[in-house]
Amino acid sequence: MRYNEKELQALSRQPAEMAAELGMRGPKKGSVLKRRLVKLVVNFLFYFRTDEAEPVGALLLERCRVIREEPSAFSISFIEDPERKYHFECSSEEQCQEWIEALRRASYEFMRRSLVFYRNEIRKVTGKVRAGLQRAGAGLQVAEAVLQSWLMATHPPHRTPWSSSAYPRRPGSS
Amino acid sequence: MALGSPPGPAIAAMKLNERSLAFYATCNAPVDNAGFLYKKGGRHAAYHRRWFVLRGNMLFYFEDAASREPVGVIILEGCTVELVEAAEEFAFAVRFAGTRARTYVLAAESQAAMEGWVKALSRASFDYLRLVVRELEQQLAAVRGGGGMALPQPQSLPLPPSLPSAPAPVPFLPSAPAPVPALPLPRRPSALPPKENGCAVWSTEATFRPGPEPPPPPPRRRASAPHGALDVAPFARLHECYGQEIRALRGQWLSSRVQP
Repeated sequence: MRYNEKELQALSRQPAEMAAELGMRGPKKGSVLKRRLVKLVVNFLFYFRTDEAEPVGALLLERCRVIREEPSAFSISFIEDPERKYHFECSSEEQCQEWIEALRRASYEFMRRSLVFYRNEIRKVTGKVRAGLQRAGAGLQVAEAVLQSWLMATHPPHRTPWSSSAYPRRPGSS
Repeated sequence: MALGSPPGPAIAAMKLNERSLAFYATCNAPVDNAGFLYKKGGRHAAYHRRWFVLRGNMLFYFEDAASREPVGVIILEGCTVELVEAAEEFAFAVRFAGTRARTYVLAAESQAAMEGWVKALSRASFDYLRLVVRELEQQLAAVRGGGGMALPQPQSLPLPPSLPSAPAPVPFLPSAPAPVPALPLPRRPSALPPKENGCAVWSTEATFRPGPEPPPPPPRRRASAPHGALDVAPFARLHECYGQEIRALRGQWLSSRVQP
């Protein structure tokens, strides 16, 4: 599959949510543990040789499972092949826990679910307590407007999202 | 990599979990936009008609709508989307910053389709979604704390059931109880510019922290407003505090988009 490698490399240089030197072992049988700088940027996990500026590789973190393997080690695997694991060894249980939590939240799909969650929670509260919220009205309207257009994009009415009728016309579009 | 070094074996291309990427392209996660677009092969190349699928911050393209595997993907993080003057009608461009960065010129088949794509692609970054979710998180905290009632304790967000660990993807329906985040979002490091020489920003110790303070459990439980005593602040002041934070965040995001 072709991909824009330069842009991915540029992304690897952006500020990271988390970065640390960890032991890393690839999924192939007989892989050796290597020291790697591991860096989490948006929904990608980059790994570098410790003295190099360009990453050895990247893992897209969608549809993945992060499991604690040992008190201070975790693995990442992907839904389509759960036995194929990337192993990481941390220097402490605490560091391991931090990474597991961060990686589980590092997907676009998780962020999407958070959006719906907060929106529903806000609806629950604003549904009940309208009177006291007039001052918050403007701010909420902005958030709701953003949400509405977002939700229209992410909740197509059809089960097969590629069918042409799955995308409702936006108000104002021809 | 250094200039003047003797020619040796070529540096291996960056590895990427392409199989997983291909799976993500064709799984049942929500699709943010899909349709035929013409894609220019290169600077002087012809346009090819491809089936494009936007999911998250990935723009996949297939030979046609029935293909099982994408021909390729454009990773959209950090891009800007613009209309362009081109021989093709309904053309627009996906641009990336940096020297030698490629610009993808795409053309839709109608004005409406073009507008739809430009809108969808402009909002496709993970960063943008994170900003929206943060705004909502703050709004939720604000409306929970408001209504003229006194705030006895800082409200922590309820902890919904954690994500199921079963590998089967959960079909995502708006009305179903969706798997939800167990913890509020981690703070993004606000002042970590990439180093000049492009070397990765890293730390050997576990002293690296995503924010100025050690990660508390959970961050939003402490008052996130700039001043202390939230318990007795009137709602209007609370709202103003959160509003300022949102404006600042938005300003940051907008200006970060402009930088090369």
